[in-house]
Amino acid sequence: MNRIRTTFNKLQEKKRKALVIFLTVGDPSITGSANLVKAACEAGADIIELGVPFSDPLADGPIIQHSFTRAIAKGATLNKSMEMVEHLRTSLDTPLIYMISSMLVLNMGVQVFMRRSASVGVDGVIIPDMPLEEASEFVPYAKSTGMSSILLATPTSTSTRLRSIVSTSSGFVYYVNVSGVTGGILAKPAEVSRSVAKIKRITKLPVLAGFGIKDPKQARVLSKVCDGVIIGSKAIEVANAASNNKNGIKALDKFIRSVRKEMDRN
Amino acid sequence: MIPDRNGHFGQFGGQYVIETLMPALKELDVAFNKAIKNKSFLKKLEDYRSSYIGRPSPLYFAERLTKQSNGAKIYLKREDLIHTGAHKINNTIGQALLAVNGGKRRVIAETGAGQHGVATATAAALMNLKCDVYMGSRDMTRQELNVFRMKLLGARVNPVDSGSKTLKDATSEAIRDWIATSADTHYILGSAVGPHPFPKIVREFQSVIGHETKFQCMEVEGRLPDCLVACVGGGSNSIGMFSPFYNDKEVDMVGVEAGGLGLASGRHGASLARGKVGTLHGTKSYVMINNDGQVQETHSISAGLDYPGVGPEHSFYKDTGRAQYVSATDKQALSAFEKLSKLEGILPALESSHAVAHAIKLAAKMKRSEFIVVCLSGRGDKDVSVAQQALQP
Repeated sequence: MNRIRTTFNKLQEKKRKALVIFLTVGDPSITGSANLVKAACEAGADIIELGVPFSDPLADGPIIQHSFTRAIAKGATLNKSMEMVEHLRTSLDTPLIYMISSMLVLNMGVQVFMRRSASVGVDGVIIPDMPLEEASEFVPYAKSTGMSSILLATPTSTSTRLRSIVSTSSGFVYYVNVSGVTGGILAKPAEVSRSVAKIKRITKLPVLAGFGIKDPKQARVLSKVCDGVIIGSKAIEVANAASNNKNGIKALDKFIRSVRKEMDRN
Repeated sequence: MIPDRNGHFGQFGGQYVIETLMPALKELDVAFNKAIKNKSFLKKLEDYRSSYIGRPSPLYFAERLTKQSNGAKIYLKREDLIHTGAHKINNTIGQALLAVNGGKRRVIAETGAGQHGVATATAAALMNLKCDVYMGSRDMTRQELNVFRMKLLGARVNPVDSGSKTLKDATSEAIRDWIATSADTHYILGSAVGPHPFPKIVREFQSVIGHETKFQCMEVEGRLPDCLVACVGGGSNSIGMFSPFYNDKEVDMVGVEAGGLGLASGRHGASLARGKVGTLHGTKSYVMINNDGQVQETHSISAGLDYPGVGPEHSFYKDTGRAQYVSATDKQALSAFEKLSKLEGILPALESSHAVAHAIKLAAKMKRSEFIVVCLSGRGDKDVSVAQQALQP
């Protein structure tokens, strides 16, 4: 069985909500980011979203933009991301999902990308700039290699679009809390709650909320209304604020444990 | 008819953007398709064109330039003579009207050299819309006067400090703004790039250039031209010139990209000549990328051609062979800039100078009975200090 599904099944048994942590491949370095991934899993992250750095990420705010710039400067590439996952898989069973721009996927070739990702142990893929209109270009290939395709649902998605989004998605549905880029302001929990409820009525897939979540309390409040939360910009900010990788790991560990603890109070 | 319903020109185009923007793009497509069939919208657009923009722009026979090239006749389509001094206003007036129609009270735009920013600020002032322009901080220093022009027109100019701090990054930032604000804001994209329906909308509003040219050629020469020449950055003036001639197979079309320091140097803006198929700013097209798929920095003496992507329709024209794409270097453009100034008393924009450079070469190889039309997309006043630095070091 797919690692993502196994993870959600286990979480459901324990009546816990999923905590997904986003980290950039290659920031502060390839080894450094691999260390952060391992630390995040040990601290209580259920799924890791690996951001493959791209020079021009349109849906990201300054924190992830800068993280991508640092990673590219350190020599991070899609090929190196594949090597990193392959290496991580020797000691890690946590689901790993690629968050990647269409440019990088097309540049490698969609089929090659999916085959390689699956073979190194990637469990799913989020291509934020390939909405429903372009999804047929990658979803069938992800499916044939056994990887999940996670599409974004947003506050602006119409009911008709939501139905297509959930039926095209596998693994889980990623609900974007706000109309805006990553790391911005957080939407009102009541609004998120309404939208997530609407999505849950039309799908059995878990629905996770992301964008703008910055502290343990917000994570707790939001995870009450959905199946889990995704934290990106804040995790990167925490890890990057430290003076070196070792302290970054410590800071990230502390942050994730505090989020986990709050979420488990529900 | 290209593009298809989802904005594909063959394998190019499409909508490579986050889901958040999709409803706004759909709404815009529907509104645009309605507007261009609506009599009162078209009447308003026509009124602005004739009484505000100053259209039709003249088709001018460049007699001394022709004599010197000693070949085909060279005509210039004088977009440099319209309001604000470049073709950009054709698009911004059209899109500002769409914004007003759609009840949007605010417009945003990206700008490189500042021409599109000025044209957007102008349209916004005219139609009483709030206006935010995104501009790379490096470009703001290079084009101080245009920054002040935009402010005079009531726009707010937002510096962009990410990436290369130029047009590419300004475009990304404008799109990020729109992701958060599309409910009450219209994004006036300045070139024939971006997600569908932008390439189609920009082409439609710029095609006034080609339609007038067709009519004017019939008047003065009694037939269609043998060849059209226009510069290509994102490609809005060129697609505006070319698209009305798409079915006139006897008319050749040549797009001239920024050759920068020469294609071999790697420092240029020739996406069609040297790019690979990829996605940038929401559309699939030829893009200047490295082996890892990262977008490369480009170089051109003209800020308007200093862009790593190109409109999807041009990629389609290239692959189907409907148009030819060549490049002119910084040096060749500068030399054409000087030549047109001295021979015709016309200071062309450095962007347009690329087209002039190629037209001079081309005309010399053609028969005297043939004729070329060059799209002189803008005037060169904005480039005087850049030219001065380059020509009198």
